[in-house]
Amino acid sequence: MTQQTLTTTTPGQVPIRRRRPFAGKGTEEHPNRPGTITLLVCSIAVFLPLYATVTMAFKTTAQSVNGQVFSLPSPLSVEGFVEAWRLTNFPRGFAISVFVTVITVVGTVVLAAFAAYAIARNWDHRFFRGAFYYLLAAMFLPFPVLALSQVKLTGMVGLANPLGVAILHIMFQLSFSVLLFTAFIRGLPEELEESARLEGATTWTVFRRIVFPLMAPMSATVAIFAFLASWNDFMMPSLITADSTLQTLPVLQSVFQTQFSSNYNVAFASYLMAMAPAIIVYLFTQRWVMSGVTQGAIK
Amino acid sequence: MATATAPTTGARSRADAAPRNVRAGRSRVNGTFWLMLVPSLVLFTLAITVPAIMGITLSFTDSVGFGEFSWVGLTNYVAMFSDPAILSAYTFTIGFALVTVLVVNVVAFLLAVLLTSKIRGKVVLRAIFVLPMVISGIIIAYVFSFLFANSLPQLGAWIGIEPLASSLLANPDLAWLTIVFVTAWQGIPSALLIYIAGILSIPGEVYEAAAMDGASPARRLVSITLPLVAGYVIINLIIGFKNHLNAYDIIVGLTNGGPGTSTRSVAMTIFSGFTGGDYAYQMANATVFFLIAVVLAVLQLRTTRGKAAF
Repeated sequence: MTQQTLTTTTPGQVPIRRRRPFAGKGTEEHPNRPGTITLLVCSIAVFLPLYATVTMAFKTTAQSVNGQVFSLPSPLSVEGFVEAWRLTNFPRGFAISVFVTVITVVGTVVLAAFAAYAIARNWDHRFFRGAFYYLLAAMFLPFPVLALSQVKLTGMVGLANPLGVAILHIMFQLSFSVLLFTAFIRGLPEELEESARLEGATTWTVFRRIVFPLMAPMSATVAIFAFLASWNDFMMPSLITADSTLQTLPVLQSVFQTQFSSNYNVAFASYLMAMAPAIIVYLFTQRWVMSGVTQGAIK
Repeated sequence: MATATAPTTGARSRADAAPRNVRAGRSRVNGTFWLMLVPSLVLFTLAITVPAIMGITLSFTDSVGFGEFSWVGLTNYVAMFSDPAILSAYTFTIGFALVTVLVVNVVAFLLAVLLTSKIRGKVVLRAIFVLPMVISGIIIAYVFSFLFANSLPQLGAWIGIEPLASSLLANPDLAWLTIVFVTAWQGIPSALLIYIAGILSIPGEVYEAAAMDGASPARRLVSITLPLVAGYVIINLIIGFKNHLNAYDIIVGLTNGGPGTSTRSVAMTIFSGFTGGDYAYQMANATVFFLIAVVLAVLQLRTTRGKAAF
């Protein structure tokens, strides 16, 4: 009862509180010191494997096998990077990862934005509404279920290669992305589009000049999730791509599990080079990563 | 202009021909909208629907992945339920997913409570705890497997805990703990972000009133925060459980199903259909796995009251 009255009497409270944490400072009147310290201690669990990766990567081969994982590198050596670069043919692996990821990101944003706009503006039309639920269904279809057939089909049509991986990545991202875009477009006022159309603009012009620019924040979220899913994926490229010289970076790392398994500095340098791009992108796009998770789950 | 009007008339005549769409005005769909939707639908059908139907169909055959095959009805399904390899994979996967989802949610909830309290460096701390989400599962599993094989035994020997003194990865009874740990390490961020959104949606006045009534922080957590984010807890439990059922990358990186077959997940048994000659058999396995996913999806849609969620 009391909760009910309290929530209804303060309608303006929620958005203000929601913005606060992102704005940082301001709520520190009674700082929760034990809380801050607890969180700092917990953050060690996040950093420990990353710290180990970085220190190991910069060690000499001799130092990397001495059993002291967390010691600092002395002397500082890039021999691991040089060797990893050569051993995994890093430039080629990197280029293939970039190729798959760029096609996935562009393809996902374009196809999902198109489909979502068509669906959102024709919601009363049974076919478009049906298409929405049809596309959404894949969110509940795990890749392992489809893998055997997809491997067979991609092989049959000559797509057992990075392009085939990118197409499948797009298809698995489509559901989530169409969902986010459709919800976003429904929240856009239709008046702007209608007045543009009265002045003779075609649907395509309206989309390209008015709607797509307005969708930019959601496109950023969709693009980042497509990037992360594609860049980090191991399961799909390892199963779909037939030619092992055309593998993406995560798949190439398996070389250190079999041969060269004692050159730890080389392995860790290679891991670091493969994970760094995702971490760098994350540092610049945290806001969209964080909002994307929440919107995807609570919409 | 001409290009725009032509498809419009086309769409109109199509709508007129199909009288099921009776709502005035809306029934005239601009041709551009069709062009925007159809490519996605075609690709989706070819890449997702066709393989799904193909897989389900082949599960009723004795196909080995190529060449001739004949229909065998439910034979594959019947065989599955008495196959120890399949049964142990399901037992392991479901047990692992349950334990992991519990660990993830307890830790994520407590972190979310702390991260929404009055702490210093909130923005930086939140960014740190979300970081594991953006790191490739297979690569972080390789890193952890090194730590589990080398550093943890050192620590275990040093503090004198017997089971920790040798590598957990080689211990058939405990290797699954490493998979839970790394999966949780990576799965906590998304659950955490959902809990943060949930906690921030609780109006501050509720807490102020409780504080005035003399409720302790622990009491407020149990009596106010927890019940008010109950919906978020359920969403997190279902999404998390569903995701953990697909466990593959991290297991490959840590134990590759071993020691023996003690940590083989369902996804790994399905993929064994590529080589072992039991293609159709693993298709039946995949179909059963799919039905489990459907049940979870229905549960998820029920709890989010028909609103779409992932």
